Amino acid sequence: MTRPGALARARQFGTVLGLLALSAVLWALTPHFLTVPNLLNVAQQTSINAIIAVGMTFVIISGGIDLSVGSIVALSGVALGAALQDGQALPVALAIALGAGVACGLVNGAIVSWGGLPPFIVTLGMMSIARGAALLFTEGRPVSGFDPLFRSIATGHVGGVPAPIIVTIAVYLIAHVVLTRTTFGRYVYAIGGNEEATRLAGVPVRFHKTMIYAVSGLVSGIAAVILTARLNSAQPIAGMMYELDAIAATVIGGTSLMGGQGSLAGTLVGALIMGVLRNGLNLLGVSSFLQQIVIGAVIIGAVLVDTLLKRHRN
Amino acid sequence: MISARCSGIAGSGAAVPVLEMRGIRKQFPGVVALDEVDLSLQAGEVHVLLGENGAGKSTLMKILSGAYRKDAGTILMNGASADIQGPGDALARGIRVIYQELNLVPHLSVAENIFLGAAPTTWGGLIDWRQLHDRTVSLLADLGMDIAPTTPVHRLSLAQRQMVEIAKALATQASVLVMDEPTSALTSREVDQLFALVARLIARGVAIVYITHRLDEVYRIGDRVTVLRDGRHVATSLLSEVTVAELVRQMANREVGEHLPKVRVTPGAELLRVEGLGRGDVLTDVSFSLRAGEVVGIGGLLGAGRTELARVLAGADRADTGQIFVAGQPVCLRTPADAIAHRIGLLPEDRKAQGLVGGFTIERNIALPHGRQLAPYGYLPARCEATMAEPHVRELRIKGASTQPARLLSGGNQQKVVLGKWVAGNARIFIFDEPTRGVDVGAKVEIYNLMNRLTAAGAGIIMISSELPELLGMSDRILVMHRGRVQAEFQSADATQESVLTAALGLAS
Repeated sequence: MTRPGALARARQFGTVLGLLALSAVLWALTPHFLTVPNLLNVAQQTSINAIIAVGMTFVIISGGIDLSVGSIVALSGVALGAALQDGQALPVALAIALGAGVACGLVNGAIVSWGGLPPFIVTLGMMSIARGAALLFTEGRPVSGFDPLFRSIATGHVGGVPAPIIVTIAVYLIAHVVLTRTTFGRYVYAIGGNEEATRLAGVPVRFHKTMIYAVSGLVSGIAAVILTARLNSAQPIAGMMYELDAIAATVIGGTSLMGGQGSLAGTLVGALIMGVLRNGLNLLGVSSFLQQIVIGAVIIGAVLVDTLLKRHRN
Repeated sequence: MISARCSGIAGSGAAVPVLEMRGIRKQFPGVVALDEVDLSLQAGEVHVLLGENGAGKSTLMKILSGAYRKDAGTILMNGASADIQGPGDALARGIRVIYQELNLVPHLSVAENIFLGAAPTTWGGLIDWRQLHDRTVSLLADLGMDIAPTTPVHRLSLAQRQMVEIAKALATQASVLVMDEPTSALTSREVDQLFALVARLIARGVAIVYITHRLDEVYRIGDRVTVLRDGRHVATSLLSEVTVAELVRQMANREVGEHLPKVRVTPGAELLRVEGLGRGDVLTDVSFSLRAGEVVGIGGLLGAGRTELARVLAGADRADTGQIFVAGQPVCLRTPADAIAHRIGLLPEDRKAQGLVGGFTIERNIALPHGRQLAPYGYLPARCEATMAEPHVRELRIKGASTQPARLLSGGNQQKVVLGKWVAGNARIFIFDEPTRGVDVGAKVEIYNLMNRLTAAGAGIIMISSELPELLGMSDRILVMHRGRVQAEFQSADATQESVLTAALGLAS
């Protein structure tokens, strides 16, 4: 029997190999792929999904699911846009955007924990509520036109590296420490692994579950800030289907939907695989319709290989 | 007694038995569940199967129903060899089992449930509702049941649901019917109804295996009785020729095979006192105390309220009434964290489901309840969990790499990891629920020795056990529970297997 630590490492290694193989194929097929501007472009486009997938990873490791992240991105975005147009200082506007995300997550988590409802149902409801709130608040119209300081969150560079990439790296580093080096992170895995045993160990399970959904709301708010700055517009219809991309990145990265296992490193690779695939298919001139089919097949294929490998080893 | 027709059954042996199980053997990893067990059934007979928890009754019936495969032995039906490879074979041979937890679909009607998966259809493949209705009416009338076929099952009483289950079993030709504790949730009037139905069934020649713990019922309904103990056949007798006392002795009288290394400690100060504890209808007016250095054993049958008591003391469930005192002070145990703060640790019966996070290493499981102590600000320094767990892993002799996930450990080692969680938090009151279930013999002795070390160090232990030798051998005092109450209390020196079992069956006050 292989040690599961080794198994997890082998699994992640496999995902990395998949990413490298995909890149090699694209490099062979198109000369534009392996250029610094294009790779920076891929990283930048991946950043939003990668950040949202951080929260999704916390939620899925704890045995839950969060379908509301795309709608939370829209609601946080329009809250941010309205605050900026209202003339609020940038830090205040950012706090409002992140606060809106956290608030939605807290509501999700509280209902899941204390109401005892399945996360699927609660976050499905929130998906509709947050979207509706964003549309109602803006009367369905985008909020546009922001000052350059705000837009530099998306357009700025630090030492040649685009700002969204720096934000993404920062989010991953912090989240990784939280997940592996804090009691909260330990409880995320413990709750997903065996909620009843965790409760009997005296861990306040409901509180921590609520916080897990709050984390998901928080990173959705961060993603909303980057998206709004990049588009120079906050749109109530932004973030459609983002929840599915985030779930896909998480499961391609080896996090089990059964809960109890997974890693942020895997999720980051999963998000990059999706980003590279989209970019490569664009470079190759594959129609966006066909792209959807390919991406769907990759999601199923990645998890299928994982499942078959696990069954084989057992 | 229901009938007089049994007089010739066991005596003459003239009739060929409907069912004969000979020399049945079944082994699970580490334990022989059945060893050379015989059982024979005559048409029109109610054959009672008696035995303690774990005696092998359910395993034997699961072999009969095809849920398990036997390792050795033969099954004959009407004198011919019957090969039962799976549930389909058993059904085809007319064997029906009614389990304690009923298998009905609540929102379907009585008729739909009875013919679930076998509903009469029209030539177009649609359900023939008229025929379904008519056949149900005639079946229910035949069985003397007064239930409307169109009633949704969730509107029926428990006894009526049981009757629907019986009707379902008999909708197709059945010759052997197994009933597993059918009266455990019924009122006495409903029991009368059920017994009337049983009488009608045997008059039709159905052979019934009746599993129960209620000895009073046994004489009302049974013709013969077979007692199993530790997976072995003890005796088969005509009920007209055997007394209650003899049956209890047959069930209880097992040899104390292994040597139990009990070390007695002079009891110290009172650690825990419980007064008038009640919860719903599972616990009623439970009072007892536990002193330092003492092991208080709790005996009783499944469902007597023992595990429920353990969960209340561990803060997992709340009591409705009563008061709990720890070291003389009244305490409120609202959550498991409260119980842990009062230095109470629970070692649950189902370790995998409640005691351990299977994917976590030994170290992380041991450290799990102590997060706040290890990391007051939430940050866990590298290896701090290992540092906390290591001395306990060594002291408890937990075998396995400290990085190994707990789910891959043996039962004994898993139990030690759960114990490690509480020892690491300096618990003083340990609740062991079936401490050696699923643990091999060598590890059992190790766990008993660990219990001795705990009591020698001034801890108190509440030990729930269904194994009489363990209960008698390791306890200083024994409480026996029956239907949520403390039925009897013994000093372990005064207790015998018979006296404990008699109290557990609710026969003595």
